[in-house]
Amino acid sequence: MEWLIKFPEMDRDGLREFKKTVDNAFTSFSRNYGEGIENFFDPLLSFLIAFEKLFLNTPWPITIFAILSICWLASRSILIVAGTFLSFLLIGYFGMWEDTMSTLAIILVATLLCICIGIPIGIAMARSNKVQTLILPILDVMQTIPSFVYLIPVVMLLGIGKVPGLIAVCIYAIPPIVRLTNLGIRLVDKDILEAAESFGANYWQKLLGVQIPLALPTIFAGVNQTIMMALAMVVIASMIGVQGLGLPVLRAISNQYLALGLMNGLAIVVLAIIFDRVTQRIGKRMQKYKSD
Amino acid sequence: MNNYIEIKNLYKIFGNNATEALSLVKEGISKEELLEKTNCVLGLNNINLDIRKGKIHVIMGLSGSGKSTLIRHLNRLIEPTFGEVMINGVNVLKLSNKELLEYRQKNMSMVFQKFALFPHKTVLENINYGLMVQKIKEEIYLEKSQFWLKRVGLEGYDNYYPNQLSGGMQQRVGLARALATDAEILLMDEAFSALDPLIRAEMQDVLIDLQLELKKTIVFITHDLDEALKIGERISILRDGSVVQDDSPQKIILNPADDYVSDFIKDINRSRVIKAKSIMTKSISIKKETVPIIDGEMVLEEVLQQITKTNHYFVLVKDSKNKIIGKITLKELLKGIQRPRQEIKKYA
Repeated sequence: MEWLIKFPEMDRDGLREFKKTVDNAFTSFSRNYGEGIENFFDPLLSFLIAFEKLFLNTPWPITIFAILSICWLASRSILIVAGTFLSFLLIGYFGMWEDTMSTLAIILVATLLCICIGIPIGIAMARSNKVQTLILPILDVMQTIPSFVYLIPVVMLLGIGKVPGLIAVCIYAIPPIVRLTNLGIRLVDKDILEAAESFGANYWQKLLGVQIPLALPTIFAGVNQTIMMALAMVVIASMIGVQGLGLPVLRAISNQYLALGLMNGLAIVVLAIIFDRVTQRIGKRMQKYKSD
Repeated sequence: MNNYIEIKNLYKIFGNNATEALSLVKEGISKEELLEKTNCVLGLNNINLDIRKGKIHVIMGLSGSGKSTLIRHLNRLIEPTFGEVMINGVNVLKLSNKELLEYRQKNMSMVFQKFALFPHKTVLENINYGLMVQKIKEEIYLEKSQFWLKRVGLEGYDNYYPNQLSGGMQQRVGLARALATDAEILLMDEAFSALDPLIRAEMQDVLIDLQLELKKTIVFITHDLDEALKIGERISILRDGSVVQDDSPQKIILNPADDYVSDFIKDINRSRVIKAKSIMTKSISIKKETVPIIDGEMVLEEVLQQITKTNHYFVLVKDSKNKIIGKITLKELLKGIQRPRQEIKKYA
């Protein structure tokens, strides 16, 4: 009756062989193709570095002015602009200016990347049920798998640095925008779509003229969620070499520096709140035609 | 003939096993049996219909009778299971996808029950949608949509959004959007059913008024008999996916094809619908100066008023060219107003 108490598992040698095979296969894969893949991501790296340099080298008053202008144009809310101004002054005063700029740069690049990849995938999912059944489980895996687990192959393949960090952030942050693009397009009123069809609109005219504009508020909720998740991932990504506010937090954990951890953690929170409020305002303004 | 749209042997069966179900339907299986046997729903059952150019053809039926399905076969928003739809000599069902898009752009436009306006576009952008889809130059379509905006009485509302307008105004936009493409055929799917009675009557007048001038071929779907009688030049009554009667409004009231149709028309005010020429006895010999002469298009209620003004027991009927074509006695008049006897038996 022993097999009832102890689960009948694979024998040790077999298991070791299995793990070894998988590891070796991936190692040889990364040895053979790692460089090629790294070269493939080179443009991304230069883009990210250029972006970061832009943020770091611009005199801070200009940066603040630019950020405040964007906040105003996007939200039209004095309250949000004033809050942003105060937050950035405090961040600078407590010596976190440079880290904040690095974080801002990687978040913006990651979000752009997620939008460019995620929205087309979402559109494809909305167009075909087959694609949707294929992609949904992949999104489920991406959202539930512990982020440390996919850090391993990313690091094996690309080493430690900005690009693997960026990829890790994107893997974590892309599901909401894909899901909500799909949902937004599928929720567009069938009657309205039928009207467009009855006037002889083709696929692209329907997509660009009717479906995407009507789905835009939902898509924007996805962008908002993507930014929030990217910010959450910044701390973990700092383990594999991403600069920014995550790094001091990591240092604070290993050395038990309470003040350092709190300050940088709160700076991330502040960024998150600003991003959230501003993008939500944009989303609301996109639905202006709904109110009178 | 003048048939502009000809629908021949049209079948539509919803479900997975449509081809198998089709042969069963052709053998004469009932809707309920079909559902039980093949899990398919019979949408349209052997529809044969001719629609004339420049007329308002009303297709009437209760919900579920297949009228919305039928109208969507004309622009192929729904693909048929079997049959033929010829419009002006073109078999619409044989068009390729590209040809179909062009066909929809140029030849027909549609007005919807729930308006189906684009909520994110302004009134003007909604009206020029059909033209924009055709990639017509902006200065041309702006001029056209301004014209139609005015024509439906919404001048000055260019930059409003649909949800800032009342239901009646929204459907005016829907009508203008459909008319702006200058398509010959106008499909109206319960276009006025969502409006309240006063606005509905107003919109019916707008349509009749426009039709006097435009002479479009209009296919109008409704479940409202009064509406059908008011605007229809010909009425087809649909039941369970088949045409039960296809006739002029007067004939439908005077000679209903079966119990279903008589049931349909039992509550209408006959004296306000039936026209003098429909019940008169034809004769051209009589000529008396003192007898009142009435127009053949006059409804019975008005004829009654004319008759009671005088001491005569009959009136003479003339046609539009002022020629005497018949007479109506008081007895005939009362018979016309009275419901047919079989019905009285049935519903007494």
